[in-house]
Amino acid sequence: MRRWVAGAAVAGLVAAAGGGFLLVRDDAPAVAREDVRIDVVDGPRDDEKITLDATFYRPEGAGRVPAVLLAHGFGGSKRSQAAAARELAGRGYAVLTWSARGFGESGGQIALNSPDYEVKDTRQLIDWLGKRPEVLQDGPGDPRVGMAGPSYGGAISLLTAAYDTRVDALVPSITWHDLSDALLPDGVFKKLWAGLFFTGESDGSTACGRFRPELCAMYQRIAQTGEHTDEDVALLRKSSPATAPPVKAPTLLIQGQSDSLFPLDHADANAERAAGPVSVVWYQGGHDGGEAETPLLTELTASWFDDHLKGLDAEPAAAFTVTRATGVDSTNGRTWLRAATADAYPGLSSTPREMPVEGGEQAVQNPAGGVPAAISALPGLGGLSALGSSLGSLGADFDMPGQSASFTTEPLAASLRVTGSPRLTVKVDKAATLFAKVYDVTPEGNAALARRIAAPVRFTEAGEAEVVLPAIDYDFARGHRIRITLSTTDQGFAGPLAPATYKISAGSALTLPTVPGLATPAGRPPAWVWALPVAALVVAGALLYRRRPKDSFDPALAEVPLRIEGLTKTYSNGFKAVDDLSFKVEKGQVLGLLGPNGAGKTTTLRMLMGLIHPEGGEIRIFGHKVTPGADVLRRLGSFVEGPGFLPHLSGRDNLTLYWRATGRPLSEAHLEEALEVAALGEEALARPVRTYSQGMRARLAIAQAMLGLPDLLVLDEPTNGLDPPQIRQMREVLVDYAARGRTVIVSSHLLSEVEQTCTHVVVMTRGAKVADGPVGEIVGGRGLENVFLEIIGGGV
Amino acid sequence: MSRALPLRVEAVRQFRRRRTLVTFGLLLALPWVLIVAFQIGGEGDDDGRPSLVDAATTGGLNFALFALFVATGFLLVVAVALFCGDTVASEAGWSSLRYLLAAPVPRDRLLRQKLIVALGYAAAAVLTLPLMALLAGTLVFGWSDVTIPTGGTFPAEAAFGRMGIIAAYALISQLVVAAVAFLLSVSTDSPLGAVGGAVGMVIVCNILEAVEALGSWRDVLPTRYMYAWMDALQPDIQWTGMAKGAALSVSYALVLFAIAFRRFRAKDITS
Repeated sequence: MRRWVAGAAVAGLVAAAGGGFLLVRDDAPAVAREDVRIDVVDGPRDDEKITLDATFYRPEGAGRVPAVLLAHGFGGSKRSQAAAARELAGRGYAVLTWSARGFGESGGQIALNSPDYEVKDTRQLIDWLGKRPEVLQDGPGDPRVGMAGPSYGGAISLLTAAYDTRVDALVPSITWHDLSDALLPDGVFKKLWAGLFFTGESDGSTACGRFRPELCAMYQRIAQTGEHTDEDVALLRKSSPATAPPVKAPTLLIQGQSDSLFPLDHADANAERAAGPVSVVWYQGGHDGGEAETPLLTELTASWFDDHLKGLDAEPAAAFTVTRATGVDSTNGRTWLRAATADAYPGLSSTPREMPVEGGEQAVQNPAGGVPAAISALPGLGGLSALGSSLGSLGADFDMPGQSASFTTEPLAASLRVTGSPRLTVKVDKAATLFAKVYDVTPEGNAALARRIAAPVRFTEAGEAEVVLPAIDYDFARGHRIRITLSTTDQGFAGPLAPATYKISAGSALTLPTVPGLATPAGRPPAWVWALPVAALVVAGALLYRRRPKDSFDPALAEVPLRIEGLTKTYSNGFKAVDDLSFKVEKGQVLGLLGPNGAGKTTTLRMLMGLIHPEGGEIRIFGHKVTPGADVLRRLGSFVEGPGFLPHLSGRDNLTLYWRATGRPLSEAHLEEALEVAALGEEALARPVRTYSQGMRARLAIAQAMLGLPDLLVLDEPTNGLDPPQIRQMREVLVDYAARGRTVIVSSHLLSEVEQTCTHVVVMTRGAKVADGPVGEIVGGRGLENVFLEIIGGGV
Repeated sequence: MSRALPLRVEAVRQFRRRRTLVTFGLLLALPWVLIVAFQIGGEGDDDGRPSLVDAATTGGLNFALFALFVATGFLLVVAVALFCGDTVASEAGWSSLRYLLAAPVPRDRLLRQKLIVALGYAAAAVLTLPLMALLAGTLVFGWSDVTIPTGGTFPAEAAFGRMGIIAAYALISQLVVAAVAFLLSVSTDSPLGAVGGAVGMVIVCNILEAVEALGSWRDVLPTRYMYAWMDALQPDIQWTGMAKGAALSVSYALVLFAIAFRRFRAKDITS
């Protein structure tokens, strides 16, 4: 049991100011820690001496700084605030944590934040701070001091600030306004929470542990009988901000949306009561568990103190902040929380909307003994409903059949965000105790609690009364219905034990408060979302930057179809394919490029086409230097190392699309002339190229090379795959072509072909030219084959 | 300056390929296959949580979203990788690349035109599926509001805007796949290698993403935010995931495309 309370308290305290390690800054000052024992005197007659166990944290070398008193939650001790204290000290505050009387190593007994005990203790802690040289002083014995703490620690913050004006700012979180209203709401005993509260501190030797005996006796009496007296209420109220003077210091009230112990209306009442500036925060967690939202709350707490203790009003806190589950992060499945803010705190019944409810008079049963009971809140389960019916419906909430009356709205035409306490006037036919809850009903009829909180209402006699439902911030989706359920039982409360039948009906429309001004600022993605693409653009630009190569033109060579000078190419594997090759081709020549395999013929032709970057030397076509994609290449037609066609397209389409890819008008293509050379026939031209024989492809490729009738035609083994008549025809075509003043370069290993077709030859071996000249000169009547073998033999 | 290789020509050159037609055929058929599967399969176990699968058969819009959901992880990746990975490598494989370059089509120009056409086909593929699913789903399941995974519904009119956002994000998030495929495409003569390499990259990233031990290192994986378009189906659109995913995808793509252009410029075409 102790775990429960401690757990809730720890969750709260971490929420209030903790999680220091997350936000410690690199330039934060070193923190000095000092354990101290502080003697205090308290009691109604100021005669009870006890010693408080405390720890003082201060930033080193920071001079006089404002102080913060960090109180712990119920079941905790000064140690539970260590992380939060270090965090605040790192931000430049002197922090005093202490174990409250009855907790930890401190003496005394728990008096439930009584003005006679705990409040007096805390005021003497402020006296102590007033004597510390590290603490900034507003006056003699008046340190600049803030207070913060969750739950039990939040209440002592509020009460101390109420009774001691030396407190300059405070951040109480998940705490009460009226303890009697928290434990006996509308006179109904909240038995589950009260039990955890009063017995959680027992070490086994006594029932209530270190509680003052009169408090323990009161609890045991109420728990046994379910009845309470006005004195009990007065006693609990005495420990409440409700009966203390209004707080004038700036107050940041943090309350949990998953809190059935101190629901949101406690923060509302505290805000109402305050006489100074107030901001209200509703976060997702609370005593029932749920998201702790530590980073957000730490930041809010620290900036509240920065604002009101240090006077650094960089960005004043919003008057009202609500964190909302806005969806699920698709990358990690976590709930998305976002803070919505408004300029003013609107209370719990702002901008109401009325919606009629269905459900006439309903008869419900109160079971004898109050069991079985409906379940709404279970300590620790509240966080599951962060997204309400949308994701959190795990079926842990239910109503017993026959024990509840329900009043449901029509399906919503548009989604409706309810912020505050819905209200409904309810009529009963006799005195009754009912538990009111808000359900979200899907179009399919599945109902889930909007928040796992029930508000008890007690009708002392037959009649009508307005039921105030638990305060929520909840988005009812379009098409959903809102249902108000009134049960006769609830696990968490002590209802009447006698069996009874009630008749319940709704006496009004349902009033739903909304806060239109409460807006979620657009989420801002991290800076890298913008920086990264910009950086990538810069990198891409750097990768692509180059100086545009100068268009090199030699007018002296304008009429020379091809001149190669000092051409050299070494492949990356070290193979020297072409070595200082130079030759020149004149107009009207048919040049044969000869050489054994590996002589560098093909590499030379590829360099000629701009496919391979030469390592040294240059190639000029009609005076223009050849570079990849150089414009002068349009005057070159080539067929090198076999054809290259798109196999799925017909022969005609291949040629047409190839020509269109050059970007020149179709009229310049001389398509029919070229097709004549290919001699494929209409039927074959309409077939996909993949069905062609090798010879057909070769002919089509030669036709492609001749498209546009280029001034320089380069053919690599053009007779491969052709039959003898075709070879003969090809020979005539080439001779004809050159006769028209154009130039042809043929590389071939069929020496007789070269001999019959070419006017000039260049013989290469091992990448170098070994002979060149007119065919007649080279051959000298001996037959090209003999000469060739002689030349390359000599070259070897 | 150059008007070489007009987009229309490149589009025609690619369109009549079996690969293109089969891919589009598959994407057009998939919605019908899913519909048949739903009709045969009947009701599954209801785990009480609304999901895209449960909602899929309630209307055309829901069905289109479901189809997109099942296709994002792999099918669309393959389609995008196919169009962008095959484009240069297949020309190299057919030897037609050297004739295009000697036509002459300047290298940057050739890559640019090919990239635009490939991206166009990839985008058409990505959009074909949801559009066909919308049509098929509407014919079979009728027209209804969109059910969102976290509960609640959108009116159909509002849903169109969301669908647009989803489609746009799906396109942008696939850019990184396109870029990897394209870079491989200019680096190899094997179309299969380029397409397979890009798909393999996605698979490896998905595996790495499953390794919890990598922690926040996984945030830089290009596939990290592949499903962030689901955020457009939440009650309030969550932009952060999509913004991160888009930034990551665009950044990777820019650099990879630049590397592809740079490599291609310096490359000796020996195919």
